[in-house]
Amino acid sequence: MLIIFYIASAVAVISTVLVITQHNLVHALLYLVVSFLAVAMAFYVLGAPFIAVLEVIIYAGAIVVLMIFVIMMLNLRQESVEQERKWLNVRIVAGPVLLTIVLAGELLYMLSTEASINLSGDVIGAKAVGISLYGPYVIGVELSGILLMAGIVGAYHLGRQKKKVTHRFLEKQEE
Amino acid sequence: MKAIPAEYGLVLAAVLFMLGLISLLIRRNIVFMLISVEIMLNAAGLAFIVAGSRWNQPDGQVMFLFILTMAAAEVSVGLALILQIYHQLKTLNSDEASKMKG
Repeated sequence: MLIIFYIASAVAVISTVLVITQHNLVHALLYLVVSFLAVAMAFYVLGAPFIAVLEVIIYAGAIVVLMIFVIMMLNLRQESVEQERKWLNVRIVAGPVLLTIVLAGELLYMLSTEASINLSGDVIGAKAVGISLYGPYVIGVELSGILLMAGIVGAYHLGRQKKKVTHRFLEKQEE
Repeated sequence: MKAIPAEYGLVLAAVLFMLGLISLLIRRNIVFMLISVEIMLNAAGLAFIVAGSRWNQPDGQVMFLFILTMAAAEVSVGLALILQIYHQLKTLNSDEASKMKG
């Protein structure tokens, strides 16, 4: 179990690094799929098979495919890759990377000073999650429904292409 | 079949979150910024799963489901905004969209 977790973690971290260093959007998204699949493997080893399945279906499936469709609609060309390469120079990258690594180092140090606790690795299946979801957390389910509804309405409203309406008299004035 | 220490899961979550944060800070392309927010949400969900596994309770997984819902709603609205910005400004540079009523 530990070996599988190590390998999945390594794949997740490496593919995430590749995501953030890519210049091409589609390549980055494909590495993002690999990263999500590796994290799903880690979920499975940690005893959450239902969540692992959802990670593959929703994150790696639905969300990434949605992004790829939008990138297809944007119709980006080779210039965008060149521009990305120009934007991502050492001078811009160095500061945020250094400061974030300092913060992450502090966090990792604090995690390492705690006493080590082994996870039992017991599987918490879909049944227990479902009972909990529709028992004490049912208000959260309803709020999620409202959030998704707001998301649909917002995405429809924002994504609508506005037709350019010019009045025929105004058109004449412009001429 | 050795057991996994809880810290390792949290370390993985911390590293993934850090990578997402770095990507969010260094990128100027607005689609890449959305991708890095996804990475960070996923890392937060991983921390919840580790905590749920630590106490043998399903609550962590329930929280992950809520994060998943939120991420899906956020991505749909964010992508609609990106399409709108690209049609108005003809660029994905987030600095270009710094003016209101641009």
